[in-house]
Amino acid sequence: MAEELKLYGTWVSPFSRRVELALKLKGIPYEYIEEDLHNKSPDLIKYNPIHQKVPVLVHNGKPIVESLVILEYIDETWKNNPILPQDPYQRALARFWAKFIEEKILPLAMKVTNSEEKEKEKVVVEMFQLMKVLEGELNGKDFFGGESIGYVDIVATIIAVWFQVTQEVIGVKIVSEEKFPVLFKWIEKLKSIDVVKECIPPRDKHITYVKARIEAALLKSAPN
Amino acid sequence: MAKSDVKVLGAWPSPFVMRARIALNIKSVDYEFLEETLGSKSELLLKSNPIHKKIPVLIHQDKPVCESLIIVHYVDEVWSSGPSILPSDPYDRAVARFWAAYLDEKWFPSMRGMASAQGEEAKKAAVDQFVEGLNLMEDAYVKLSKGKPFFGGDKIGYLDIAFGCFLAWLRVTEKTSGMKLLDEARTPHLAKWAVSFCADPAVKDVMPETEKLAEFAKLLAKFKPAPPK
Repeated sequence: MAEELKLYGTWVSPFSRRVELALKLKGIPYEYIEEDLHNKSPDLIKYNPIHQKVPVLVHNGKPIVESLVILEYIDETWKNNPILPQDPYQRALARFWAKFIEEKILPLAMKVTNSEEKEKEKVVVEMFQLMKVLEGELNGKDFFGGESIGYVDIVATIIAVWFQVTQEVIGVKIVSEEKFPVLFKWIEKLKSIDVVKECIPPRDKHITYVKARIEAALLKSAPN
Repeated sequence: MAKSDVKVLGAWPSPFVMRARIALNIKSVDYEFLEETLGSKSELLLKSNPIHKKIPVLIHQDKPVCESLIIVHYVDEVWSSGPSILPSDPYDRAVARFWAAYLDEKWFPSMRGMASAQGEEAKKAAVDQFVEGLNLMEDAYVKLSKGKPFFGGDKIGYLDIAFGCFLAWLRVTEKTSGMKLLDEARTPHLAKWAVSFCADPAVKDVMPETEKLAEFAKLLAKFKPAPPK
């Protein structure tokens, strides 16, 4: 049977771009469908009725949702250029760090963006603590995956790229070279990889998008 | 393998700890169960899980593995000659992982929400989310079990463990709320599955008795500060 692989995503979603990165790293051909999340396609709703979110990977008609679940599916289905380590203990560590990023770092990053001025400083300090922990994991390696990028690097591109853009817009610097030299270097190395460059939103368009979202959120919460 | 080669740091009431123990039981792995005391964290726990300081922690050959579902994956991968916990097909694995994530991110919080919700409206919202989750799991069970007793088929598997670990707390919630939550009329398959799951040899010694857990829940309520007005 001819392989049919579709990815439903958006150009600016770090979660769908992660999946694209994994597919490109393995050289897997796929059809990309750009979703408009304000006007979700019937397909998206059909394939992901519970969350109605991107990304959705559809392989031979069968949908897989949730970016981390999709990454593991890709790694288990196409065994070339492995994303996760082979050793069970290393795999457990990789999954642990991915979860740490998703469940601790990302929600706090949203708080940094959305919090009031007086709370912001406290939240930023908390964020510094989390970044220190994450930086410790790099521990002399080029990438979280070792000599080449792996599962945790793919998951962490949100920090390397999306965080930088948001922080530039809101005028908060989390990962500076002075404070986090190791993380800073990792970001530079990651962003210089060709296949990673292909999975990053165009910078100007991204900045414009983030500005518009923040303004819209401010308007919503503005006192009457 | 020496018994002390595998340790589980945990506590008997925790559904997450239960997941680790069920996984080890499925593989017939001997382990030392080190119980944490309520209200304090042991040196070993703080050393093994410095970031989250939470149970369960699996310690295998002095190396700690944290997060219950990560532990289940680890056990399945290390003791690969034992009965499989994750399904063998990648798509089935993805589906099982999806539902386990749903349970942890949406459904279990709604169960806790039922107890802690302030006001009628918030409580109702939590109950609605909880019941909706059960309906979704009923459909998932029908699809995934394909007529067999468990989500995993003939034997309990990843999703059975991920979901079944919450059954004792579900029963306690039924007791304290006076509501029938796992209802044979509404979710007949799940009601039947719950009985089979709890009777499974890998499960029955680590599933707390409802009475004992209800007593513990009362004790826990005393530890928790009252919510702000």
